[in-house]
Amino acid sequence: METLEPILAEHPFFRELARPDLHLLVGCASNVVFEAGTTIFREGEDADSFYLIRQGKVALEAESPERHSVIVQTLGKGEVLGWSWLVPPYHWCFDAKAVDLTRAIALNGKCLREKCDENPRLGYELLKGFARIMAERLQAARMQMLDIYGTNT
Amino acid sequence: MLGRANPMLPMICGIERVKRETHDTFTFELTPPCDYSFAPGQFNMLYVFGVGEVAISVSGDPSKKEALVHTIRAVGSVTKAICKLKGGGSVGVRGAFGSDWQIDKAVGKDVVLVAGGIGLAPLRPVIYHILANRAEFGRVSVLYGTRTTGDLVFRREIEQWRGRFDLDFEVTVDTASADWRGDVGFVTTLIRKASFDPLETVAMLCGPEIMMRFSIAELKKLGLTSEQIFVSMERNMKCAVGFCGHCQFGPAFVCRDGPVFRLDHLEPLFGKHEI
Repeated sequence: METLEPILAEHPFFRELARPDLHLLVGCASNVVFEAGTTIFREGEDADSFYLIRQGKVALEAESPERHSVIVQTLGKGEVLGWSWLVPPYHWCFDAKAVDLTRAIALNGKCLREKCDENPRLGYELLKGFARIMAERLQAARMQMLDIYGTNT
Repeated sequence: MLGRANPMLPMICGIERVKRETHDTFTFELTPPCDYSFAPGQFNMLYVFGVGEVAISVSGDPSKKEALVHTIRAVGSVTKAICKLKGGGSVGVRGAFGSDWQIDKAVGKDVVLVAGGIGLAPLRPVIYHILANRAEFGRVSVLYGTRTTGDLVFRREIEQWRGRFDLDFEVTVDTASADWRGDVGFVTTLIRKASFDPLETVAMLCGPEIMMRFSIAELKKLGLTSEQIFVSMERNMKCAVGFCGHCQFGPAFVCRDGPVFRLDHLEPLFGKHEI
């Protein structure tokens, strides 16, 4: 039977994950497609999955003090959307909207948490991957906040 | 440099045209002195009479001798004074000074240009040169980050460049309204997505030093060495000929030895708070 395992293995986020670990994860995975303009999730909703983007672009939006939606980050092919499934209370921190037609693999967060509880080594591997992404995004967010293009060039 | 004996003596150049790029950035087309030439990356000292002088990189096409182009952001007293000038006015010009991007070292290789904010201006002559001699280079990526969509300079040209099949021109902004369909994020995210052979690539970086530091780290993570990376430094330049020491950067004078440096030549000093 064909499964999503080869597709998971090709995605940069899982490229270094051992095959047996991928085999465990594939049961939590499903193929999803979002038309341009579709809201994928909203701030405050239950964060019950994350997404490996295969094609397209997703915008993360927050509400500005003037109550307008502003894009704080965009994510594209090869990137991972969402880590709130990993951190209690498992609620999304931003809105996510497909900018273009977006194809992704969704991984069910509850299913993953259960597998990680049963298999701490798998949990550690996943956590390392997400810690790297979180560190990169924190660094990028700090640069964006610093207004580095403001007056010093 | 102008073929004159005294490099401290400005030539008076007329302002042919002024184009507003953003709310605080303007592109000035000057009538060049008859014997003027420059290499991409070099700068001129522009003199607003009665106000002062400021170092500004040339942002125009090196093959077009009929116009001397500078893109200027109004941030200090001299640049604010320049940006108030109109077509028909004049400024003093000394130059061209400093080192250039050494484009010849990129011939036969992939090229990655990383620009932040007004840092796209000193790289624009490189883009013109590459496009005029496109067959000499491999894959070419221009990665441009700025604050908001309202801060994008050279908009019309960027649209044209983005439409080309032989140039990958990517733009990212720090924040955008919900109707923006482009990228949002720090410029390093574009480096990860760019397509180039790390062993056969030359990278040229211009923008705030903190942006260049993180971009260098990203390029090195992908396999580039310091010998493959060129950076354009900003310091307070006064004399432009290495006499006054205002722009000293360790053992180098940015006006004379720079502004463009190969990274390995200044790496021990790069990012040091004291320098």
